[in-house]
Amino acid sequence: MKKLSARRRHPLAAVVVLLLALAATGGLYAAFAPAGKAQADDTAQSLAIDEGKKLYSVGCASCHGTGGQGTTDGPSLVGVGSAAVDFQVGTGRMPAQQPGAQVPKKPVIYDQAQIDQLAAYVASLGAGPITPTESQVDPSGADVAKGGELFRTNCAQCHNFTGKGGALTDGKYAPNLEGVSPKHIYEAMQTGPQAMPSFPDSTMPEQEKKDIIAYIKTVNGDETASPGGLSLGGLGPVSEGLFGWIFGLGGLIAIAVWVAAHTAKAKKS
Amino acid sequence: MSTVTDTKRKAPAGERVADWADGRLGIYGLAKANMRKIFPDHWSFMLGEICLYSFIIIILTGVYLTLFFDPSMSEVVYHGSYEPMQGIQMSAAYASTLDISFDIRGGLLVRQIHHWAAVIFLAGMFVHMFRVFFTGAYRKPREINWLFGFLLFVLGMFTGFTGYSLPDDLLSGTGVRFTQGAILSMPIVGTYISMFMFGGEFPGTDIIPRFYSVHILLLPGIMLGLVVAHLILVFFHKHTQFAGPGKTNKNVVGMPLLPVYMAKAGGFFFLVFGFIAAIAAIATINPIWGIGPYRPDQVSTGAQPDWYMGFAEGFVRVMPGWEINLWGHTLVLGVLIPLVLFGVVLGALALYPFIESWITGDKREHHILDKPRNAPTRTALGVAWVTIYFVMLIGGGNDIWATHFHLSLNAISWFVRIAFFAGPVLAFIVTRRICLGLQRRDKEKVLHGRESGTIKRLPHGEFVEIHEPLGPEARYALTAHEQYEPLEVGPTVDENGVERKPSALQKLRARLSRSYYGEGNQIPKPTAEEYKEITSGHGHH
Repeated sequence: MKKLSARRRHPLAAVVVLLLALAATGGLYAAFAPAGKAQADDTAQSLAIDEGKKLYSVGCASCHGTGGQGTTDGPSLVGVGSAAVDFQVGTGRMPAQQPGAQVPKKPVIYDQAQIDQLAAYVASLGAGPITPTESQVDPSGADVAKGGELFRTNCAQCHNFTGKGGALTDGKYAPNLEGVSPKHIYEAMQTGPQAMPSFPDSTMPEQEKKDIIAYIKTVNGDETASPGGLSLGGLGPVSEGLFGWIFGLGGLIAIAVWVAAHTAKAKKS
Repeated sequence: MSTVTDTKRKAPAGERVADWADGRLGIYGLAKANMRKIFPDHWSFMLGEICLYSFIIIILTGVYLTLFFDPSMSEVVYHGSYEPMQGIQMSAAYASTLDISFDIRGGLLVRQIHHWAAVIFLAGMFVHMFRVFFTGAYRKPREINWLFGFLLFVLGMFTGFTGYSLPDDLLSGTGVRFTQGAILSMPIVGTYISMFMFGGEFPGTDIIPRFYSVHILLLPGIMLGLVVAHLILVFFHKHTQFAGPGKTNKNVVGMPLLPVYMAKAGGFFFLVFGFIAAIAAIATINPIWGIGPYRPDQVSTGAQPDWYMGFAEGFVRVMPGWEINLWGHTLVLGVLIPLVLFGVVLGALALYPFIESWITGDKREHHILDKPRNAPTRTALGVAWVTIYFVMLIGGGNDIWATHFHLSLNAISWFVRIAFFAGPVLAFIVTRRICLGLQRRDKEKVLHGRESGTIKRLPHGEFVEIHEPLGPEARYALTAHEQYEPLEVGPTVDENGVERKPSALQKLRARLSRSYYGEGNQIPKPTAEEYKEITSGHGHH
């Protein structure tokens, strides 16, 4: 202890203490932090952002600007979040084919890994809604009836009673929700693409979104039962009226012609 | 001693029953008068039967539905078997309609038969009415029956509307709200009528029970009476027929009611019932379980009424939202004008027979039908009316057309606005030209025969098509129609040399009459002399 005590005023003592302290914190950090994984993630993240930026420069920059700042042809992507990218690119809406009243759904161009890279890049431009995890969008166990009530209150005025879609002004429209994946429905509610308003968690909590997804799946999915027979598109009285006129009355007139043609005659001419 | 009665021949059971009934009801007399009643045969004369039978089907299925429907707006929480509605608060009317659809044996099928039959009933009346219109069957003595039929159509519309509203679902509730809006747009009386009808503010708790009384009792009761009166008049006037050899204004050529038409009509009833039941088993109508219970704070896109109210919906959808604000009152022209047009368009149809007989001055009885081509102005007016009607149906479904044909909703509304004015004019001109063209072809056929398609080369090299002359029956049918002279204002100086000034009304009437029968508005039909001259001469022309 004497030696240590005698050298405590040595000019290099502070340096040694600093080195020791650094080694201790570094060592403790290395020991306790999930160092390997964190490092790998970090690189993967920055790698994804890099890759995403490359994809972005090729597929998106012509409209959204080289840094996502937006141009006259496309809005700024700063702050739209990864959920918006996952929805727009994941449903094939982006990259857009041509300007128009509304960008329609198309076959998807990128694979999911590329979409994730694009999303990572756009998310790095500014904070926004994050792509939901599988458990966040899973409708199992959700309240279908509650979802129906929420759907009729918030969604039906554009998407129709059971999400069959509807017209908006000037060629815009609310699309049919049949076959849309739970994740994309969730992201659409979260981000409000195109003419749609957004329903962030502050106005519509995650559970309510799940209820709505469950309702759509029940009334407008692959396994939706149609107890009354052909659903005629589920569009209401317009398609019913057309069916009634063409097949209903049309069929009865055909029968009337047939009956009138088979009249009682003494001799068939 | 029973020997006396035993020796007497005992009549067959049927005859004894008939004798018994005749002694009390006088059925022999009725049967004698009506069993041999003659009806002409043509498929278009069966359109009215389609209406009659679908009306009977509606009454039969409607009775079944009343057994289970609860016309009450009291609030209940649903615990039936339709999963997506579990625990939702709704009116008893809506809940009982869900029960009819899912928990009552045959309920859904009967509901669908009822509703499909209503859609077909109205469509059938529409087509039947235009069969009568285009053949001129509404002329004297049948004007009253035309009005009865028209009333049946209009009452059918409102019976349908009230029935569609009864389940108290989100779609029909929106329709009731629409109606309330139309009522409110009436100046001065609107608010009072609305308050009276709904028993206070919309929606209240009275409207469904009130509609129920109207739908199952008041309107069908009146309609049943009108149907009976309509049929009595058909019997009384006797059926009209198309022109043909042996058919005159004083006879009816066809088959007797018994046994031929009893069998045919009876069979046709079952065909209609079976066919509508099949349609109802195949296709859903008004799936209220997917629509949800009515709540005034909710609404869905694609909210249309059933087709027969669609033209009213169209008027409101395409009408610009004009309004006038004066002295603290609002005149909502955007709704009031459509409401007035709704009445005007229907009223024009009701009054047409009277307008036509005034213009033409024709007060004689008509039992022979016109071919539509032989009355070009009437036919063109009818097509113009139908054009307005169907253009407005497009307007009523503008959102569905927009999404399904990838068009702009606004573009469709503008198309409908322009077509409302231009469409009927265009339809009138085109139809009249087609009619006149067909008249010319009829004339050609009578004089020169039918084009046989056989081409003959003459010795000097000319090619001619051989025309086969028509038989006398066909020639008769093509020339049997009367051609009228237009009304004249008359000489402006009477027999005493005193100047006579025709009134403006007389002049208008003469002008309108010329537009019906004047030069260029009908093709003079071939005369016997023309025919003889052509047929007696050389072989072809």
